[in-house]
Amino acid sequence: MNRREFLKSSSAAAAAIGLSGLPLPWSAAYAASRSDTLLLISENGPNNLDIQGVGTNRPGYEASWNCYDRLIGYGTKTLEGGGVSYDKDKIIPELAESWEVTPEAITFTLRKDAKFHDGTPVTAKDVKWSFDRSVTVGGFPTTQMAAGSLLKPEQFEAVDDYTFKVMIVRPDALTIPDLAVIVPCVFNSELVKKNATTDDPWGLEYTKNNIAGSGAFKVEKWTPGTEVLYVRNDDWKCGPLPALQRVIWRTIPSAGNRRALVERGDADVSFDLPAKDFAELKKGGKVTVASTPISNGMWCIELNVTKPPFDNVKVRQAIAYAVPYQQIMDAVMFGEAKPLFGGPSNMVETTAWPQPTAYATDIDKAKALLAEAGYADGFETTISFDLGQGITSEPLAILVQESLAKIGIKTTIDKVPGANWRGEMAKKSMPFMINFFSGWLDYPEYFFFWCYHGQNAVFNTMSYQNPEMDKLIDGARAAAAAKDTAAYDEDIKKMISLAWDEVPRIPLFQPYLNVAMQKNIDGYVYWFHRQLDYRSLSKS
Amino acid sequence: MLRNVVRRLAVIIPTLIGVVIVTFLLTRVLPGDPAAYFAGPTADAASIEQIRHNLGLDRPLPEQFISYVKALATGDLGNSLSTGQPVINEIRSRLPASAELTLFGLFFAIIIAVPLGILAAVYQDSPIDHFCRVVTTAGVSLPVFFTGLFFVYIFYYVLGWAPAPLGRLDVFFIAPPNITGFYLIDSLLAGDLETFQAALAQLVLPALTLGLFALAPIARITRASMLSVLSSEFIRTARASGLEPGKVIIGYAFRNAMLPVVTTLGMVFSFLLGANVLVEKVFAWPGIGSFAVEALIQSDYAPVQGFVLTMAILYVALNLAIDLVYGLIDPRVRMEG
Repeated sequence: MNRREFLKSSSAAAAAIGLSGLPLPWSAAYAASRSDTLLLISENGPNNLDIQGVGTNRPGYEASWNCYDRLIGYGTKTLEGGGVSYDKDKIIPELAESWEVTPEAITFTLRKDAKFHDGTPVTAKDVKWSFDRSVTVGGFPTTQMAAGSLLKPEQFEAVDDYTFKVMIVRPDALTIPDLAVIVPCVFNSELVKKNATTDDPWGLEYTKNNIAGSGAFKVEKWTPGTEVLYVRNDDWKCGPLPALQRVIWRTIPSAGNRRALVERGDADVSFDLPAKDFAELKKGGKVTVASTPISNGMWCIELNVTKPPFDNVKVRQAIAYAVPYQQIMDAVMFGEAKPLFGGPSNMVETTAWPQPTAYATDIDKAKALLAEAGYADGFETTISFDLGQGITSEPLAILVQESLAKIGIKTTIDKVPGANWRGEMAKKSMPFMINFFSGWLDYPEYFFFWCYHGQNAVFNTMSYQNPEMDKLIDGARAAAAAKDTAAYDEDIKKMISLAWDEVPRIPLFQPYLNVAMQKNIDGYVYWFHRQLDYRSLSKS
Repeated sequence: MLRNVVRRLAVIIPTLIGVVIVTFLLTRVLPGDPAAYFAGPTADAASIEQIRHNLGLDRPLPEQFISYVKALATGDLGNSLSTGQPVINEIRSRLPASAELTLFGLFFAIIIAVPLGILAAVYQDSPIDHFCRVVTTAGVSLPVFFTGLFFVYIFYYVLGWAPAPLGRLDVFFIAPPNITGFYLIDSLLAGDLETFQAALAQLVLPALTLGLFALAPIARITRASMLSVLSSEFIRTARASGLEPGKVIIGYAFRNAMLPVVTTLGMVFSFLLGANVLVEKVFAWPGIGSFAVEALIQSDYAPVQGFVLTMAILYVALNLAIDLVYGLIDPRVRMEG
């Protein structure tokens, strides 16, 4: 039975059911609405529909993004290489119609026609409640809010029904960008409060399984681990009404099957493909493929500077010269990544980020540097990586291992299961890691704040602490807040140059986010959160 | 008979208590920190601690155990962090999916393996015996994920005969009203033949994959057991008395050869129920095996404990059922009490 017959028979069945009056109201609509329905497949589904919940996974962010509204959003721009991306420099209204920024506060005027899915109007007290919630519940949402200096409920004030004020506690260029990420979304406060309990005053249990928002889509049915079924919110006011009426999001764990489904034309969009499948699908030409460099993201080799011999900068540089960069690009990434090596100089000339180091594979130079450091005969160490990312990091580790053997460094490979990786990172005991990091907010000082700053956050796996670096990072943040472009550029260039010269972390490449879709799908936009936005998609 | 059942059930209780303790301890001994895992990408030490506290993982082990047992007594198996749902609901909705797949796979295996085993024994060293050998060797040696992907490639991707491997139902069908949890049965009960057909179409490939794997031990045991019975004296007598071959083979030989076959069936079934993880993964089947493995990878304790407990109960029940079936097949092993 082919697909057409399948659909035909199902609509016949649906009609028959409709006549017999059985309670299956959606069937007829389903079969008829194939052209307004998007079938999306990906490896994992959400574990929570609320980004402010405990341990919400990345697919959960997608549900939150599409079903809730924020005060403000990002505009889009066309990228040089084609394709459309969010624009970090263009803030557009969402629930807020307009806003006014003074050194003390940001005052938002809310649109008056926005309604939650249950029909209650969105007011400033809902915004206040939602923001209070995000800075109080702890965990990831609270950390993310803090990244924009949004720290405590006292900062937020509902002036009247449609005026909302955010007090500024310290000048921070990231405050406004941080208000446009997924976390500060607006909840229907009365609805959630009604379903809250004394143990759970913020109603996290309720929002885990129910949407209490005003966003462009509603979750009609969620079968955890299997499927999410969205319908469009026809009353959405915060932007142009989405073209898609329904989105069906199925979890397909097997990468091979995801590929078969999209190649056969049964699935409309396959999200987040492995590099190999992407390269082959592109060559096959049956489907449209889109790939966008993941903003503010890099794969790196990270060397723990508290563990000898990696405390010696010459040893780190020797390793940076021994990495088989091009081989990694070809064999691991199938050419589908942006190289971050072989640049003109480690003393960088631009503030572009991420940008390449001057390192390139040069075994003789590596040997010489190692000899200078007093390790002419090499040493032994362990390469660790997250098995959850094994599809990239495992072949990468093997190539690095082979290459290091050439300069006398003997390595064993330690595969750390996904569940343990974060814990191992926090311990800062691994000497040599292959790892990926990306920041939502696309600013170099944001990356450096997490990964190089002496505050020694969990992502500074190298335990790199250098007062000079801290001064540059803090300086860049202050300059950004003061809008002092010259000082900012100066600090950023110095900061990157210092990082490249001292190489506690050896950049390898900037990966792409890969998506395959049918040729009749239009309007794909890359987002910093690396999840799919259904609002701009259309199907012809 | 009834007293026997009751006595057997009484023996189960200590087994289950043991299972509860062991799984609780095992999941705690495993390396991995669920709090760090679920704290997300930009978590700092404080937020990890906060999540640890929310999950109750900062309390001493005995205290955690007591609250676990208390909850268990009320039928609460805890919450799964990876899907965000109560474990009991997950098991309730996923067990039928796995059971439907496994039973169907086993059904496939039986209708092929048993006749094949009998024929191979009756016509020993004939082409059919060699064929049986090839099939069973292939069944054991081909890993299920390979046969699964291979079937998908041939029957879905190349030929287009099979529906898209999208789980239990095509996306444009609605699951039948939940009565037994078995889509085939529920759709028939609802009188919805289209859904029945769609569910059956989705089931065929994964069940075949699983069946091919289960086929080998059943065919081998059937053949071996038939061979030994066929060479015994009462068969020679039956043949000498001029009984027709069909009656001799099915009526006398096979009935006597059935005991080991039933034992193997029981083992294969319980083994398949847990081991069809790979088939579930390949076919996006929302079953219990893939759920448990996912949970294990994420150090998500509650589903792992729930899964092991469910499996233990199933296994014990299955063994009991098989023992009772023995008695029906062969009066000589009927339990005395």
